[in-house]
Amino acid sequence: MADEEKSDLDVVADGPLESAVARAPETLSSGDSASDHPSVNALLERFPGEVQRYQLTAGDQWVVWMAPERVHDVLTWLKEDDGHAYDMMSDVTGVDYGGGRPVEVVYQMFSTKHGRALRIRCPIPFSSMEIDSVYDLWRSVDWLEREVFDLFGITFNGHPDLRRILMPDDYAEGHPLRKDFPLRGRFSRAEQTRRALTQDVERFYSTEDLQSGEPQEVRGVEVSTVAEDASGDAPASTGQGGQL
Amino acid sequence: MESKTVEFKVGPGSEMGVGGGGALSPLAPFDVSEPELDTEQMLINIGPQHPATHGVLRLVCELDGETVTRVTPHIGYLHSSFEKLGEYRTWNQIVPLTDRMDYLAPLIYNCAYVMSVEKLMGIEVTERCKVVRVILMELDRIFGHLLWLGTTAIDVGAFTPFLYSFQQREKIYSLHEALTGARITTSATRVGGMMADLPEGWLSQLNDFLDNFPKTLGEVHHLLTGNQIHIGRTQGIGVISADEAINFGFTGPNLRAAGVPYDVRKDRPYYDYETYDFEVPVGQHGDCYDRYLCRMEEMEQSVSLIRQAISRLPEGPINVEDSAVSLPSKTEAMSDMESMIHHFKLITDGIPAPAGDCYMPIEASKGELGMYVVAEEGDTKPVRWRVRPPSFVNLSVIPKLAEGHLVSDLIMINASLDIVLGEIDR
Repeated sequence: MADEEKSDLDVVADGPLESAVARAPETLSSGDSASDHPSVNALLERFPGEVQRYQLTAGDQWVVWMAPERVHDVLTWLKEDDGHAYDMMSDVTGVDYGGGRPVEVVYQMFSTKHGRALRIRCPIPFSSMEIDSVYDLWRSVDWLEREVFDLFGITFNGHPDLRRILMPDDYAEGHPLRKDFPLRGRFSRAEQTRRALTQDVERFYSTEDLQSGEPQEVRGVEVSTVAEDASGDAPASTGQGGQL
Repeated sequence: MESKTVEFKVGPGSEMGVGGGGALSPLAPFDVSEPELDTEQMLINIGPQHPATHGVLRLVCELDGETVTRVTPHIGYLHSSFEKLGEYRTWNQIVPLTDRMDYLAPLIYNCAYVMSVEKLMGIEVTERCKVVRVILMELDRIFGHLLWLGTTAIDVGAFTPFLYSFQQREKIYSLHEALTGARITTSATRVGGMMADLPEGWLSQLNDFLDNFPKTLGEVHHLLTGNQIHIGRTQGIGVISADEAINFGFTGPNLRAAGVPYDVRKDRPYYDYETYDFEVPVGQHGDCYDRYLCRMEEMEQSVSLIRQAISRLPEGPINVEDSAVSLPSKTEAMSDMESMIHHFKLITDGIPAPAGDCYMPIEASKGELGMYVVAEEGDTKPVRWRVRPPSFVNLSVIPKLAEGHLVSDLIMINASLDIVLGEIDR
């Protein structure tokens, strides 16, 4: 049982495996030589080295693929430049195609000024699994980035509070929306039940909460001092008095 | 863009206000100076099982006396990994998952999902189907807002609006049941059309509802809009400016209450919304009271939209006539060999999609609901099905809104955001 568990967790730590089959390099653009989306054209002019390819999909939606290294610069420019002014970051999510292809981070942006939408997709190499956070540009990505971190295991550098959000803080089975994560979970049903039954039900507060709330911290300190002074007569009542 | 600024004169006409005409200065009786008291730092926990959190939401509040200094929401108690489940289901099998997210306005979710898939596949639904879906989505906008209205009124101590709104919701439940056979888990849409056309007599039942509903809405207006207690509890509470509201990701009535006239139906129109005559209510102050007014006005606009849609409802088929997408009728499937094979292939294999991705935002009752589907060539199941949940992003703003307010205001702010945890946790 223990060995099995360990190997499962190793998979979690290693992340998705790179496919043995070499993939053909993607073409720069999709058929059309030029796009009719002003922001796509401007991106090609200004950041020619960053844009990997672009495509028109689902009738009228423009998608731009770019390398993750400078995504923060590019998105800053898209937000601040008056000609684009994407002030609304509607969504940040991830896509895992499976089969060893890179996990992609997808940004859905909308400009209320120009009434234009744009989608940016960043393939994340398996060697790093990290990307810069855009929390400082749009506060709306706060929970969205946490969710991608939780469900895909992508680290957003610069996010001030990158914790799991939908899964429990102590979830040990990895990142559920990865394709290598089985639908049932990594652990056996018996192991999942065992963990559920043996978990500490007193653990109401996360570590962050405990650090911020003084009364709880004081009680924790007191318990240890009381244990040291074994001669104390009524530890519970004196503890209460000392706390106040 | 058409927009309408909501403004209500609270004056002598409002009988419910304490002291009638005195309601013009809502905070007067509560604005009593208090002696300086020593306060104490405290950490309290609200939820996850608490009626005022409107679901399994847990709020950990740091208090200084009775003032909230920081609030940390914890979510995920209702996480059902719908998005992961969706990767194991064919396009049509996902529809039942969608109405279990926002069970307060399920038809909007049904429609939003299939709209995104249809757009990815390049399927153009029939005119009748478009109008029927507009009717259903506007009906469920009223449905969702009514629940918000009732429960929020309870949170500030008014019980009667709850009874009024649930009486009306019951009528919409009956409409759901007549159309789909289920009251909450409707699953009414299919890729390329609907599960079934409108049943006989359904439109007259809907018209009955539309005739009676504005009267109830007027009664609730009478009870709450000029009510001094309600005003005192909501005006100036949870204020957010227009720029911040955009930056923090607010959408829907919450954003419009802050003065931003962004409505997906107007700004990124779908289903010919640009040809309907309706106004977008926009608030001025971005507080809880403006959010209340915006939603009240939206319900009236929805009634008008449904009436317009009924008047233009065309005859004709409701499903696309494409055997690769729509199921043949039961009679055909039972009597004709070709149809039976189509039926069998559609059920067992599903509908193949082209490679690509599609993000389809629509205006749900809670804000911008985006369905993002990703497929590879010939996939009958999505590679990724992502729901951009409006309440998820709206709720993430609560730490900012609640800071510096009293605990009782935190309850009101939470209620005014109109969240549904089924959709937040998914």
